[in-house]
Amino acid sequence: MEAGTSRLSGTGMTLAYDRRTIAEGLTVAVPDRSFTVVIGPNACGKSTLLRALSRMLKPTAGAVLLDGEDIHRRSARQVARTLGLLPQSSIAPDGITVSELVARGRYPHQGLLRQWSREDERVVEESMAATGVDDLADRAVDELSGGQRQRVWLAMALAQQTPLLLLDEPTTYLDIAHQIEILDLCARLHEEQGRTLVAVLHDLNHAARYATHLIAMRDGRVVAAGPPGEVVTAELVAEVFGLPCRVIDDPETGTPLVVPSARRRATTLAPEPA
Amino acid sequence: MTVLRTPGGLSLRFRPRALVVGAGCALLAAGLGVLAVAGGDYPMSPADVLRTLTGGGTPAEEFIIHELRLPRLVTALLVGAALALAGAVFQSLVRNPLGSPDMLGFTQGASTGALVVVVLGGSSLALSGAAVASGLATGLLVYALVARTGVHGYRLVLVGIGLNAILTGINGYLLTRAPLMDAARAVLWLTGSLDGRGWSDATPLLVVLAVLTPLVLLGCGPALRMMEMGDDTAAALGVPVRRLRLVLLGAAVLLVAFAAAAAGPVSFVALTAPHLARRLTRSPGPNLLPAMCVGATLLVGADLLGQRVFADHQLPAGAITGAVGGAYLVWLLAVERRAGRL
Repeated sequence: MEAGTSRLSGTGMTLAYDRRTIAEGLTVAVPDRSFTVVIGPNACGKSTLLRALSRMLKPTAGAVLLDGEDIHRRSARQVARTLGLLPQSSIAPDGITVSELVARGRYPHQGLLRQWSREDERVVEESMAATGVDDLADRAVDELSGGQRQRVWLAMALAQQTPLLLLDEPTTYLDIAHQIEILDLCARLHEEQGRTLVAVLHDLNHAARYATHLIAMRDGRVVAAGPPGEVVTAELVAEVFGLPCRVIDDPETGTPLVVPSARRRATTLAPEPA
Repeated sequence: MTVLRTPGGLSLRFRPRALVVGAGCALLAAGLGVLAVAGGDYPMSPADVLRTLTGGGTPAEEFIIHELRLPRLVTALLVGAALALAGAVFQSLVRNPLGSPDMLGFTQGASTGALVVVVLGGSSLALSGAAVASGLATGLLVYALVARTGVHGYRLVLVGIGLNAILTGINGYLLTRAPLMDAARAVLWLTGSLDGRGWSDATPLLVVLAVLTPLVLLGCGPALRMMEMGDDTAAALGVPVRRLRLVLLGAAVLLVAFAAAAAGPVSFVALTAPHLARRLTRSPGPNLLPAMCVGATLLVGADLLGQRVFADHQLPAGAITGAVGGAYLVWLLAVERRAGRL
């Protein structure tokens, strides 16, 4: 584990939907100013962990601490000024323009008599510039491409101006070029704005390349946590994903690169069991 | 968007177009109102109406305006506004353009109580009370059925449609049990009519609207706008999603129940008014205030049409809104399907 402080952490959490328990005794810490990426196979509890950390799901045991205080003792609005979340899917209201949507990120800072301050205006412009959607400001969101739309949602989350930002699979549904574009953008926001980012990602190699801190999960527990260089090993990938592989150095960045082992021809051609 | 800022750091943001739509509807409603109050078996000139309203009329004019026509007009305005507000809230909550209280069983629920009173025999006060009580009971039942998983859009729609079918059956059964005269009266009530409405019909709804309008518009309006983007996004922006849904569902059910108690289950106003408002303002969002203005105008217009379209025969306002609203629904289905939203 990295040394250092952590504004956001969960201790001894039991996470469950109705009676279905996803995780028990789960403990995680998000190092401050890190780009933390959570990885793991489908249904390992990654997104559930993110929901718990963002106050959407109340642990049935244990607690999520935000700045040392149980996150459920604060109001949703108070939390929303410190911690933002970009959910997996959001709905753009019919006919809304880019700048209108990004402006909605200011909601937790607004009130009945403080509906649109100069500060709001400035932050929305900056957020659109940071994500490169400023020249789309007056376009309708439903006309945009998937990659552009995801940048707009990211701009909205940025406009919330939270030191902590959680991203649930921000690259899903995007093609490879747009995936890299979004991740580069996240990395830049992390470096330039000093925000703490926590993202759930599916692609191990993306995770290894962009994360400064990696949390690997399986069956609702944390299998390993630390810098990608230490965490991503062939043994860990086998343990977490059940995938035989080799780990080499990424020729571009020197970070770990996971190369799945080739199976025998016969196995590849045989129909996969369901 | 237009922004007004004061040196003290206060700021207000609004869409001029929404204001124009609201003001335009209010003017139109006022004009229709003057026509409604002036016309009828005892025609008066608008000048007579104004003179009577300011206290200078003859006793006969005083009676006709203050006891007959004005309460009817006020009831129409209030019922239209209440149904439209409830419809706009429901449609935003379930994120479905068809998610109006007519479709989700709430108006049928209010009717059931009223029909029970018709069958058992009771005063019109009892009828109104029963309509409110059974409307609220329907709301509680729906909430009990969907509460476990949270009041999610699709679940609420499906449960509501199911309940609507059951209640329609019950209401049909109750009608067959009613004595013939009472059944005829019940059918008129079920159509939704403003005929013979007095201040005793308007006042309870006025009180409910006076309390709930600021609560819904100012207290919940901005948060409801965030809810359009999905529960998770709204929650991430600091909206207390569960509590907001509960409050809004309760408010909408109250509005529908009291509106039904005042004028019967007038159909399609709750469905069409928010749509029309959105088309007129051309802005995303629940458009709560414009929807209320449109709803009030619609119902006053429908009632006026019902009184005047046939010289010797009055149509109940609900028949007009049903005919016009039904046509609008067909058109909407075609348009939404083409746009790929249904």
